[in-house]
Amino acid sequence: MKTIYSRYVWRVFSSKRVDKIGFSTKPSRCADYFKAERVRTSFCCNWHYFLSHPRRVQLASTMPFGNSHNQLKMKYSAEAEYPDLSKHNNHMAKVLTQAMYERLRGKQTPSGFTLDDVIQTGVDNPGHPFIMTVGCVAGDEETYEVFKELLDPVIEDRHGGYKPTDKHKTDLNPGNLKGGDDLDPNYVLSSRVRTGRSVRGFSLPPHCSRGERRAIEKLSVEALGALSGDLKGKYYALKNMTEAEQQQLIDDHFLFDKPVSPLLLASGMARDWPDARGIWHNDNKTFLVWVNEEDHLRVISMQKGGNMKEVFTRFCTGLTKIEELFKNKGHAFMWNEHLGYVLTCPSNLGTGLRGGVHVKLPNMSKHSKFEEILKRLRLQKRGTGGVDTAAVGGVFDISNADRLGFSEVALVQMVVDGVKLLIEMEKRLEKGQSIDDLIPAQK
Amino acid sequence: MPFGNTHNNFKLNYKNEEEFPDLTKHNNHMAKVLTKEIYAKLRDKQTPTGYTLDDVIQTGVDNPGHPFIMTVGCVAGDEESYEVFKDLFDPVICDRHGGYKATDKHKTDLNFENLKGGDDLDPNYVLSSRVRTGRSIKGYALPPHNSRGERRAVEKLSVEALNSLDGEFKGKYYPLKSMTDAEQEQLIADHFLFDKPVSPLLLAAGMARDWPDARGIWHNENKTFLVWVNEEDHLRVISMQKGGNMKEVFRRFCVGLNRIEEIFKKHNHGFMWNEHLGYVLTCPSNLGTGLRGGVHVKLPKLSEHPKFEEILTRLRLQKRGTGGVDTASVGGVFDISNADRLGSSEVEQVQCVVDGVKLMVEMEKKLEKGEAIDSLIPAQK
Repeated sequence: MKTIYSRYVWRVFSSKRVDKIGFSTKPSRCADYFKAERVRTSFCCNWHYFLSHPRRVQLASTMPFGNSHNQLKMKYSAEAEYPDLSKHNNHMAKVLTQAMYERLRGKQTPSGFTLDDVIQTGVDNPGHPFIMTVGCVAGDEETYEVFKELLDPVIEDRHGGYKPTDKHKTDLNPGNLKGGDDLDPNYVLSSRVRTGRSVRGFSLPPHCSRGERRAIEKLSVEALGALSGDLKGKYYALKNMTEAEQQQLIDDHFLFDKPVSPLLLASGMARDWPDARGIWHNDNKTFLVWVNEEDHLRVISMQKGGNMKEVFTRFCTGLTKIEELFKNKGHAFMWNEHLGYVLTCPSNLGTGLRGGVHVKLPNMSKHSKFEEILKRLRLQKRGTGGVDTAAVGGVFDISNADRLGFSEVALVQMVVDGVKLLIEMEKRLEKGQSIDDLIPAQK
Repeated sequence: MPFGNTHNNFKLNYKNEEEFPDLTKHNNHMAKVLTKEIYAKLRDKQTPTGYTLDDVIQTGVDNPGHPFIMTVGCVAGDEESYEVFKDLFDPVICDRHGGYKATDKHKTDLNFENLKGGDDLDPNYVLSSRVRTGRSIKGYALPPHNSRGERRAVEKLSVEALNSLDGEFKGKYYPLKSMTDAEQEQLIADHFLFDKPVSPLLLAAGMARDWPDARGIWHNENKTFLVWVNEEDHLRVISMQKGGNMKEVFRRFCVGLNRIEEIFKKHNHGFMWNEHLGYVLTCPSNLGTGLRGGVHVKLPKLSEHPKFEEILTRLRLQKRGTGGVDTASVGGVFDISNADRLGSSEVEQVQCVVDGVKLMVEMEKKLEKGEAIDSLIPAQK
């Protein structure tokens, strides 16, 4: 639809002004926010099933807000309130029937998150014919329980048939990874593993208040400040970053900025930006944590070259230490044996892990079986700017496709083994040889 | 309906200082007014529909503003917002509407016969004339807060009301979600189509939820009277035509509005109005008349005169580019309209436009002949 900007030409929001309050103008980051999937590593340390946070149970009953907002809607029939999803193509729209809406519309989680909160982003963003977006988010840990009737089928559809009775395995022992230290650096330019974590006792980014978000930031900064050795580092709050610091973080490809994706904006994650958002990284610039972006924490380990084993080892070590520090403060990470690590977007459940490399595969990528091979290896490709970007110079971002139902070690193993194979194939094609005997079976 | 954290049950677990937004880099009316004390007093209140202080201010927190343009930074979710949160809204209104006090009364005058002149603006200079306003329907939450059920009910009521109009007002409704490509092209060509807001100010207030559900455009066959349904307000009513006959535009505006209001009243849903704030709308800047009446007028010489801004201020007018607010003028053509909304009546505001534009066209003609305009410069109205 052609846009008429006559009333809304907002030149007032020029990038120069926006920069002054801590917004980055780095364009490639924007691509990240159209990601249909996010991956996180899971961290096997919480073997307890979810416990109610004591403060939550005590005080919810004294809140004056109740669910009056929801009760007003209840004056209208389910049919009058049910969203029009006829032009929609996302996981939520495929699953949410009017009958289901009727059953769930009167519910809320202890923090007051309702069904309409869960689905708003999917209603506002019908989706794209080629990319299947999720279309729903969690506002707190209990969302996945209170609204399981909606979220279980979404999870099953998104995560390859994962059933409500399935158990997810967590394995963050880097010793269990075989190889991964010898990917050919002539082809593998860089290696990276990332995940997310939610801090128990707080609402998630679509729903948290400023007070909660600031509490998360405070906790995180204290925990990260206690790291030492090669993990010793510094926190840069978005709202009082100097221009010099900002530029450096952009050059390091570390800076994240206010989401522009309508998928994220519609779910309310960008409220109060840039309050209580920030970036922490170690002095070596190989371990990085984002605070209060799309999840409470995003943890990233990265370095140039092909030593994925080292990247993964640092990743696991760092995560383990951080989790201990949080536990010592009385705030474990959200985890359960069915969903693994609980995150804002259902696509990130389980390990929440995306491990990948930037690798040169100019010949391979032109091979007619490239997509098929990736699929069999349970890998996915992206451009080096992130999801929805194109590859430049034959360099691809190759990472694991799965998130839930496989452990962290298993996923990174797939990356390591798969990339090794792809490079072998690339070398054969360079010599003009066939690769047919190398094509793998479906993993 | 809830958007974001505003119905987060845990907010009150946190102290006032912990929840109070950081407004140090902000430059909007809300930020100028909202102190920790006011926040403490209002943070646990809600309107009957469940609208809270955080709902009211979210757009202003998310959009710090601009050093040159003072945005409002707060919105109403329902009629009661202006009462429940008056400690915030009254000073914002006072600041925005030239000192309008909490005890002041607003005068409504939609009798087009009270307008003097306005039918003889020189068409060599005045290209088009337009008057717009907004209306909110009593009994429903406003666009930042309404549910799909409410919004659809507003649409249904509006379409029934508009379809019962006849004569010069006979027309047709085009819902956004089932518009054909041909209809869409035509509405764009007519400059009638509105689409999903892109302004972060509106998006942050939640007005674009469920787009394009229950949104649409109604216009009469002559294409001189147009109503937007469920955009930034329940209704936006526009009367427009080419040329300088503002009197005719205003007549049609008043007659059409009065007819529409009658029909809504018959259905027991009058427009939100009170004698202090006049017509109640989503944005505090639109309270009172909600009226913006203006013309597209050629003023290439006058616009370059050093006293142009001063003259506009004295005439109580404002300028915009022909693309609307924040656009630049093209070819010396400006959109000149009334600056006031609250504290003066519709007739008075359109009178300012008519008299002011007539004067400026006179000045333009003088400047064309190389004559001085000092004798014409008016006193402050």
